[in-house]
Amino acid sequence: MTKQRVVVTGLGTINPLGNNVIDTWNNLTSGVSGIDHITLFDASDLPVTFAGEVKNFDANEYMGKQNARKLDRSGHLSIFAAEEAIQDAGFDLSKPLGEDFGIVFGTGIGGIGATEDAVRVYDERGSTRISPLAITQLMPNSSTGQVAIKYGIQGPSLTITTACAASANAIGEAKRMIEQNIVDKVLVGGTESGTTSMTIGAFAQIKALSKQNDEPQKACKPFDKNRDGFVMAEGSTVLILESESSAKDRDAKIYGYISGYGSSTDAYHITAPSEGGVGALRAMEQAISNADISKEKIDYINAHGTSTPANDLNETLAIKSLMNDYAYEVNISSTKSMTGHLLGGGGAFEAMASLLSMKNSLIPPTINLNDSDEDCDLNYTANHSIEKNIDHAMSNSFGFGGHNAVLIFSKQ
Amino acid sequence: MEVNEVFEKVKTLFEEELGIDSEKINMDAKLEEDLEIDSLGIVEVVMAFEDEFEIEIDDEELTDVGTVGQAVNLLHSKL
Repeated sequence: MTKQRVVVTGLGTINPLGNNVIDTWNNLTSGVSGIDHITLFDASDLPVTFAGEVKNFDANEYMGKQNARKLDRSGHLSIFAAEEAIQDAGFDLSKPLGEDFGIVFGTGIGGIGATEDAVRVYDERGSTRISPLAITQLMPNSSTGQVAIKYGIQGPSLTITTACAASANAIGEAKRMIEQNIVDKVLVGGTESGTTSMTIGAFAQIKALSKQNDEPQKACKPFDKNRDGFVMAEGSTVLILESESSAKDRDAKIYGYISGYGSSTDAYHITAPSEGGVGALRAMEQAISNADISKEKIDYINAHGTSTPANDLNETLAIKSLMNDYAYEVNISSTKSMTGHLLGGGGAFEAMASLLSMKNSLIPPTINLNDSDEDCDLNYTANHSIEKNIDHAMSNSFGFGGHNAVLIFSKQ
Repeated sequence: MEVNEVFEKVKTLFEEELGIDSEKINMDAKLEEDLEIDSLGIVEVVMAFEDEFEIEIDDEELTDVGTVGQAVNLLHSKL
């Protein structure tokens, strides 16, 4: 049986920049920051008091209180983003998607908010008062199961938890499922809602977060000399992946091809990237080889670009090792400068950003890049989006644990 | 406490705690079919009853409880 090519036929999202694809894209290409002071809980005792929160979203209003209370916020966001993607791909929401559809979701920490709430109840009132909904809210596969129930997805399912590489791995593994003719359509999502008190406190303890509390919109500055950490963010992005033949048979709109996937492990340190980004480099090389293109054909790199001193330096070094002189020409940008770090949801969001860049011939900028770092001296598309034809785009996602996932998107 | 007072408390609890549409809540309403309270929801309902009425309910006592009215009568008998 011939290997199927994989296309993307639907997108949906809810994130700090917008509650649909169009608003998100407009803000992304206008250089708007979605980061602000925390409003979801009282953060005044935390060393970090800002994050990228989803705005203007009331789960009770969206799905009714009786349904909403069964899910953690990560589940609410997943169901919301999936609805837009399914409709965008031209499927009827009133009918189950059925056995021909698979589902793969990526998340770093699942229903961590529900975990925190359940522990508080246990400490205050004992084990007999823990909500019977706690387990199904907090388990990392909660979004996978709830989205499958809501939209009737009965094909194979997977939940991937490779930290901040999770939803890039999810897209890559779904690509393989389609290529191998296991199923011809897969709903792939990436979700995170870890903007909660214990989680932000814990990330702050490992010195991973920016502490620029006075200017939240300016705090996330990937590749800038004064970068001091990432900014926690929440959101969900869903893509409908489909075999090219299935998409063409039903005359579906095609955003682009998922042409390459590479995945590697640093086996070096649980949080720090391997020196020189050699683990990331291997994943990039694999993805390019898988896409069967030369390195110089890549017109845009959506960087992992977290704004931590270590990531941005090592990612830069890895891109230089990969591309040599061409590394200085290729347009790179970090959309995290605007969204913050969506953790397990980042790969799916950045896949969407890469596909829309390709479709619209427009590269979103890295905002807040004002003071250049002599060690980060590539073309990061600073502060303003630029128009450029993109035939191939690459998106990098690296996670705690030393997980690296790289995707390549192609116009043809 | 009179039976109708227990019912009113149960109704308020279902509405406010569980988000159930008040129009659906009457003595004949079936917990599973009419109010869409599943097996996890039943555990929540019992916890909410225990807190509200300061009683303890054993699992065996729930065997014959399928409607709002049967739940109200069980609670009434324990007060």
